[in-house]
Amino acid sequence: MATIDHSTTFLLGRLNWSAVPTDPIVLVTFVVVAIGGAAALGALTYYRLWGYLWKEWFTSVDHKKIGIMYIILAIIMLVRGFADAVMMRIQQVWAFNGSEGYLNAHHYDQIFTAHGVIMIFFVAMPFVTGLMNYVVPLQIGARDVSFPFLNNFSFWMTVGGAVLVMASLFVGEFAQTGWLAFPPLSGLGYSPWVGVDYYIWGLQVAGVGTTLSGINLLVTIIKMRAPGMTLMRMPVFTWTSLCTNILIVASFPVLTMTLILLTLDRYVGTNFFTSELGGNSMMYINLIWIWGHPEVYILILPLFGVFSEVTSTFCGKRLFGYSSMVYATVCITVLSYIVWLHHFFTMGSGASVNAFFGITTMIISVPTGAKIFNWLFTMYQGRVRYDLPMMWTVAFMLTFTVGGMTGVLLAVPPADFVLHNSLFLIAHFHNVIIGGVLFGCFAAIAYWWPKAFGFKLNVFWGKVSFWCWVVGFWAAFMPLYVLGLMGVTRRMRVFDDPDLRIWFIIAALGAALIAMGIAAFFIQIGVSIWKRKENPDLSGDPWDGRTLEWATSSPPPAYNFAFTPVVHGLDAWAEMKQEGQKRPKAAFMPIHMPRYTGTGVILAGLSTVCGFALVWYIWWLAALSFLGIIVVAIAHTFNYDRDYYVPVEEVSAVEGERDLQLAKLGA
Amino acid sequence: MRPNGLLKSCILLLPLLFLSACKAEVLAPTGDVAAQQRDLLVISTLLMLIIIIPVMALTVLFAWRYRESNRAAVYRPNWDHSTKLELIIWAVPLLIVVSLGAITWVGTHLLDPYRPLARIAPGKEVGQEEPLQVQVVALDWKWLFIYPQYGVAAVNELAVPVDRPVQFTLTSSSVMNAFYIPAMAGMIYAMPGMQTTLHGVFNKEGTYQGLASHYSGAGFSGMRFKAKATDAAGFDGWIAEARTASKTLDRPAYLQLEQPSENVKPELFATVDPELFPRIVNLCVEPGKICMAEMMAIDKQGGAGLAGTINVSQLTYDKYARRGTRAPILGWDPFQVTGFCSTEELERMLTAQPASANVAPVDQTPLRGHGLTQPGSLFGRSADPALTLALPPVGAATKL
Amino acid sequence: MSTTAHPSAAATSYWETEPHHHPEGASTSLGFWVYLMSDCLMFAVLFAVFGVLGQSYAAGPGPKVLFDLTLVAINTAFLLVSSITFGFAMLAMYEGRQSRMQVWLAITLFFGLAFLAVELYEFHHLIEVGAGPQRSAFLSSFFALVGTHGLHVTFGSIWLVTMMVQIHRKGLIPANQRRMNCLSMFWHFLDVIWIGVFTFVYLLGMI
Repeated sequence: MATIDHSTTFLLGRLNWSAVPTDPIVLVTFVVVAIGGAAALGALTYYRLWGYLWKEWFTSVDHKKIGIMYIILAIIMLVRGFADAVMMRIQQVWAFNGSEGYLNAHHYDQIFTAHGVIMIFFVAMPFVTGLMNYVVPLQIGARDVSFPFLNNFSFWMTVGGAVLVMASLFVGEFAQTGWLAFPPLSGLGYSPWVGVDYYIWGLQVAGVGTTLSGINLLVTIIKMRAPGMTLMRMPVFTWTSLCTNILIVASFPVLTMTLILLTLDRYVGTNFFTSELGGNSMMYINLIWIWGHPEVYILILPLFGVFSEVTSTFCGKRLFGYSSMVYATVCITVLSYIVWLHHFFTMGSGASVNAFFGITTMIISVPTGAKIFNWLFTMYQGRVRYDLPMMWTVAFMLTFTVGGMTGVLLAVPPADFVLHNSLFLIAHFHNVIIGGVLFGCFAAIAYWWPKAFGFKLNVFWGKVSFWCWVVGFWAAFMPLYVLGLMGVTRRMRVFDDPDLRIWFIIAALGAALIAMGIAAFFIQIGVSIWKRKENPDLSGDPWDGRTLEWATSSPPPAYNFAFTPVVHGLDAWAEMKQEGQKRPKAAFMPIHMPRYTGTGVILAGLSTVCGFALVWYIWWLAALSFLGIIVVAIAHTFNYDRDYYVPVEEVSAVEGERDLQLAKLGA
Repeated sequence: MRPNGLLKSCILLLPLLFLSACKAEVLAPTGDVAAQQRDLLVISTLLMLIIIIPVMALTVLFAWRYRESNRAAVYRPNWDHSTKLELIIWAVPLLIVVSLGAITWVGTHLLDPYRPLARIAPGKEVGQEEPLQVQVVALDWKWLFIYPQYGVAAVNELAVPVDRPVQFTLTSSSVMNAFYIPAMAGMIYAMPGMQTTLHGVFNKEGTYQGLASHYSGAGFSGMRFKAKATDAAGFDGWIAEARTASKTLDRPAYLQLEQPSENVKPELFATVDPELFPRIVNLCVEPGKICMAEMMAIDKQGGAGLAGTINVSQLTYDKYARRGTRAPILGWDPFQVTGFCSTEELERMLTAQPASANVAPVDQTPLRGHGLTQPGSLFGRSADPALTLALPPVGAATKL
Repeated sequence: MSTTAHPSAAATSYWETEPHHHPEGASTSLGFWVYLMSDCLMFAVLFAVFGVLGQSYAAGPGPKVLFDLTLVAINTAFLLVSSITFGFAMLAMYEGRQSRMQVWLAITLFFGLAFLAVELYEFHHLIEVGAGPQRSAFLSSFFALVGTHGLHVTFGSIWLVTMMVQIHRKGLIPANQRRMNCLSMFWHFLDVIWIGVFTFVYLLGMI
């Protein structure tokens, strides 16, 4: 790494030529990304898609489009995060027998930090938020979320955070601190350049989006349910979404404030987390995990909901133990706030404190276990159809149980003393995050794809992807369990014990299999779109679903439902089908809908610029863009014309087409 | 789906087979503490397998049995509730967690790293011999071991006699770290301005790996050392060898040593300033700088008043040279607080024994942690001044 | 789940075919409450941080020599009075008396700005005597807590001005009334936070 020029200028702050990477790997990546990006932008321009994208997607306040955009963001970032993972795997195979590997510490340490940050904040979170955005309003029979504009703004803020993190790859550096940036290491003294600042502003910009979208979905679920849908008649996915959004609203502010305090330490020289002058770095670790542990459940709970929907649909059965499922979810929500200390038993809190938090952690496994049993007994005496979503679900049940078991192991403080920070821990949380969150996301994509696009996904490539992922996962992470038991700890760049190497080789092969799984996933998407005429979903209900999203067409009209459904029990759509209910075909009414607006894009863009300026100490730009945010926000409040009515003719035209579709299906 | 499940169980078993052949230090440690931790690990695993194995087996069984093509299987689309089953699926995991919780509570207290050892091996009580004290400092990026009972020190080399309890007191010079000898005992954090404690023992001679297990910056990977467990004679020999080393470790030498360096070769020091470790913990190795203990004693009395705004001096001499002292862009230049204490007062303060060293060596009765002192009154505590002085970091933490 | 009694299909409607009035902005009030609670959580973190660091003076000055309780009491009075005047503004709004409401809002704004002025004076004084946020963890957490509250009051004031302009332009239309309700909750919320600050930071610091 070239020496860094810390001098600042008025115009560019501390941005100067030393910010341009000289590392050949980064340069090559940069060239590839630049060419690819230029090609993509060129294609968009050539095919004159900018206007379409801007009008129909970027400025859209339609929860369905926003949901889809969230998931696209997640998939793009998954590729980046996975590239980091592959680089780490190669380095750890390479760096034996005195070899330093091919990555120096500066590069390697950025990679493992970026991998964690990207996978959690910009893959798992957008996946989950996107799913909730898409599905929840449909499931509760609503036409949109409570605050559609806010929804668009939240999405673009998440994109803004992702842009900042990606920018760090080519302009400057990313944090070399681990994904939670513990001080004092993340303080100015030990991380003097822009890495941690990119981390802070990337997360802050995205965090605003996440908090607002949490508020939005929470209010949506409470206020916008269809008539008759009492809390105990909500689909399980909606329930888990409700709990997730409660967790978001009640934990992200803690992250925001903690990062603000770290920012003050770095920019102003305050002493919150310093070692001297009264600061307390242990406080940061407590605060960040008070957010961090609920975050784990923010990620997994919605997927528990997905598995519940999938299991009951594909087993052709009502979900076993609906109410115990709900209570389990609520239990987990509450308990997730009183376990954070298990992330640092080894900090020396003393036995009583450690034992308390260890036991509360174990208690969480009881409601989680109950959920697994509920899925199990939903399968029992069912008719299990092995479409892709169900395959992912069974793989999840087998994988996640192992991850859950090792999790409880780590909750036993004395065991944690020998396994903390080891590769065993790494294996554990990948076991639950890949085996739970990611498998769940793939199940959800396969499940709701026909709803979103009107055709089913290709099964063959889906199965290829499935087997590569599942086998690849086991091959990549079982060796890490073993290495953990051999006393190998995380974030190591170089090894001296040659006996470890074989395990790293197996893990790298596993990663290669996962890479094939990702490739197969893209092929699956491509082939499905290519041959979309062969697998159409005309009925709007391809899986014989049970909840309201299947009551409308695929893809649903902008207003979701021409007439708001009325709910009389659990599994509202299953009941409608059972009662032979058809949707009404006449006497349409104008439908009240929110207008699209570009304000969200502009505000998020300004926030991103502001974040970038703050990273590089370009004060004039930071002040200007901040002022811009305020002015645009105020100007936005002067716009009172935010909604319109879809005229009756349009509604009846859309519904007429749907009738034709259904007739074609019947014929 | 069946082949899938079987495949997985095979893959799951495979590592276990390999484990017996390779060096799984965590599963086959040579220290009694790590062995007990391993036992807990194994017991908890077995306890959980009581439920995990049936669940996985049932998953595979149901997945196969109730497949759509099997028309022989019962199909009850509306069956969604059974009070008996619900009772079982909540109660059985709960029972297991209750037993696991009991084991956890007892195990956590008995294996509390702050708790002096009660035995050195199963059935072998701790003798009259004083535990070996080792003061551990996590530096950038090497380990410093100080033997206060012998007045010697070593970098990246730890020698320990077998079957003699060792009491580590740990701190760090710059950022957080964790000290871990997998074969001996679990890890514990080493943090700047604070002191943690770890008790352990080796039962078998040999050379074991020791490492930093909490990421601490660029040179972290090379922050390894060899822990040599020898017999008493071997240990005495090592001490004698150290005493003949050419280097000595006083405050200026320490400040040199503290500078960041990577992949450092082992090194011995013949003599050590006895106040060095307390000064490192108190962040006052540099001349003129206030010690944390003194600072906290002043804070206890409500601060230094307005005089406290002028007892600062700029850290100009090495402002940009050393890690840890860069000026924030919008704030003041880095500064340090100057001390008020006389030399004698400092002497008294720094030689005071840490509270954890005062605990009786064998303490089997109360199952409470030594890491936390018992709460005093509801709001704040009437802290023992000796404790505040000798253990500033813990004092800081317990103010919560 | 057998909670559903299945009424005969004829009697049951599964679609809402009658036009119904969906009150616009029905969710705003709940949404704003949820936002306030999340904001409250940020303050909770700051209070907790102050609880941890509030006595770490780093051999520097403590609250007794730094705070001027009279000044803070006056400041508290400003903020509390501004809450009352905001209350009067809301009463005027419910009565539909727009100009009276604008006057009350202006008075509220005056007290809000007075509060900010006194706070800025206090900060300036502290930094001048060498007790800036960098001096000790106590001062860091003090400045962060009080400063965050001050920033909220600043944004509240900006919002208040915006609101006055909007009411001037559009009158007391439902959208503006809804916004006024939110702003009123925000303003009172800041009051509640300040009572916490006054009690835990200033009063407890002085004894």
